[in-house]
Amino acid sequence: MVGLVGFSVTKGSVDIFSKEGINFVIKSDWNAVEGRESYGALPYIVGTLLSAGIAMAIGVPISLAIAIFISEIAPPKIGTALSFLSELLAAVPSIIYGLWALFVFRFWVRDIVEKPLYDAFHGSLPFFAKTPFGLDIFTAGIVLAIMIIPIISSICREVMRVVPYSQREAAYSLGATRWETVRTAVFPYVKSGIVGASMLGLGRAIGETILVTMVIGNVIGPGAIPTSLFSQGQTLASLVANEFNEASSDLQLSALIALGAILLVLTMAINIVARLLVKKKVKIQSGAKSQ
Amino acid sequence: MTINSNKDYSAIVLEAVNKKYRKRLVVNKLVTVGTIVCVIAALVPLASILIEVVKNGISAISFEFLTQPQGSIGSGSGGIAPAIQGTIIVVGLAAAIATPVGVLTGIYLSEFAKEGAFPNTVRFFNDVLTGLPSIVIGIVGYVAIVLTTGSFSVMAGALSLSIIMMPIVVRVTEETLKVVPYSLREAGHSLGLSKAKITLFIVLPAAKDGILTGIVIAISRIAGETAPLIMTILGTSLFFTGFTGPVDALPLRIWRLASQPYESAHAFGWGSALILILMILALSMGLRLLIQKRSYKAVP
Repeated sequence: MVGLVGFSVTKGSVDIFSKEGINFVIKSDWNAVEGRESYGALPYIVGTLLSAGIAMAIGVPISLAIAIFISEIAPPKIGTALSFLSELLAAVPSIIYGLWALFVFRFWVRDIVEKPLYDAFHGSLPFFAKTPFGLDIFTAGIVLAIMIIPIISSICREVMRVVPYSQREAAYSLGATRWETVRTAVFPYVKSGIVGASMLGLGRAIGETILVTMVIGNVIGPGAIPTSLFSQGQTLASLVANEFNEASSDLQLSALIALGAILLVLTMAINIVARLLVKKKVKIQSGAKSQ
Repeated sequence: MTINSNKDYSAIVLEAVNKKYRKRLVVNKLVTVGTIVCVIAALVPLASILIEVVKNGISAISFEFLTQPQGSIGSGSGGIAPAIQGTIIVVGLAAAIATPVGVLTGIYLSEFAKEGAFPNTVRFFNDVLTGLPSIVIGIVGYVAIVLTTGSFSVMAGALSLSIIMMPIVVRVTEETLKVVPYSLREAGHSLGLSKAKITLFIVLPAAKDGILTGIVIAISRIAGETAPLIMTILGTSLFFTGFTGPVDALPLRIWRLASQPYESAHAFGWGSALILILMILALSMGLRLLIQKRSYKAVP
């Protein structure tokens, strides 16, 4: 109900912009000076996808490992303590992650990860070819990963818990080790659930605003298309947060709102796919239970 | 001869099996160690965040910090009182809007319309709403209220936050009510009670704790939201002036403080972060105590 209201409002504001420029999505200029106004969203779409991609590449394997540890390996006491801790981590507001990332974590990333990589390749690999600064897409990706790990791992844990115990017992009785049990008896059951959980995490990572704004470096214009992992970037959400209060004209404002609309479409698509996957999983499980 | 070679074969097979088995055990060990390493890797940031916030925050907090508005920029005097006040007002208002609507929708979905096209549509949009980025909801608040009334206001902020909070409350209410055993409802029916009375006096009291927990989780989620507040309540360094004027909030203040180049502003930021965490923690602790107390009473 409220959703419909929200959509119509946003859609209404998008119209203003679609009149101004159809190639909004593929242009890369961003100029708010009156008379030379020109807006393109490409760099920010790239930035969004790249930072979220890094977050997924780091976050998903780690959350999976945590879920396996809690549900299959750890003794129950440690398991509950860990799930309590991960809930605590999930309750920390993103602004506090941002503050921590800006004043503490970025120096870790710069000194421990980026400097050695930069020195090792010295600009020969385009990935690492940019003087590391600490405020860049790479840092944003890692902090996003830290933020989505509790979300993904708690859903994976729930999904794994639903796998019937008889499955595991069957594997053990054939002489499988614990890892083989997890791989052959648990994984096939939870695969689509894991994909769904990751998609939900991806949705969070793409829509996260304030955290990214604080660490990504905030550049605009064609320069915002990242040339290496260590270049400053900008995401859809962070650009909106940065410029919204300083928008000088209605056109700029509607361009920003249009960025929001792109973001909306992106996250909605991801979420719907994720829900469908998780739902399919639940159906299979209830089918297995009734047998 | 034949007996001998037979023996050899079994030895070879045994050895091969053993070798394979050892390899499998090693793989198993490696994976176990790998997962433990991942767990530790995930705990390090948590520990670091909490330590840094407490360490840097405590030195910033003083009586003046909690009761005074901010002094001139960069001077390091004054406090964050308007932000604390603003957070309480905006979040309280948002909760006041979202709680009744969310709980009633949840009751409707679980008790009155389980199947059918309309409730399924509601459920679907509710799910979609849960996944929306908060900044998009901020834009909705901006377009719907700030543009139409012409000023940044408390109401716009509260409305945006309530849109974030509502789907969570709906979800939790529905799920909690579903868990209430059906026999309780049947007992009500057998007494000839109407559906409304059964829901109100039998189902709801049984699900009260769960719903309350859901509401508190939702409140702590919106208390930390920053993005939608940027475009709705704007943030000032003054105290609350009225529901139609701009106001400050803790997350917003942290953001602004962190982007200033002064050391004293950063210290203030850490202090505000500590206050924000403490407020959220106090809320959930208070709830846990409340529920525990009640369940003790219920046992005898």
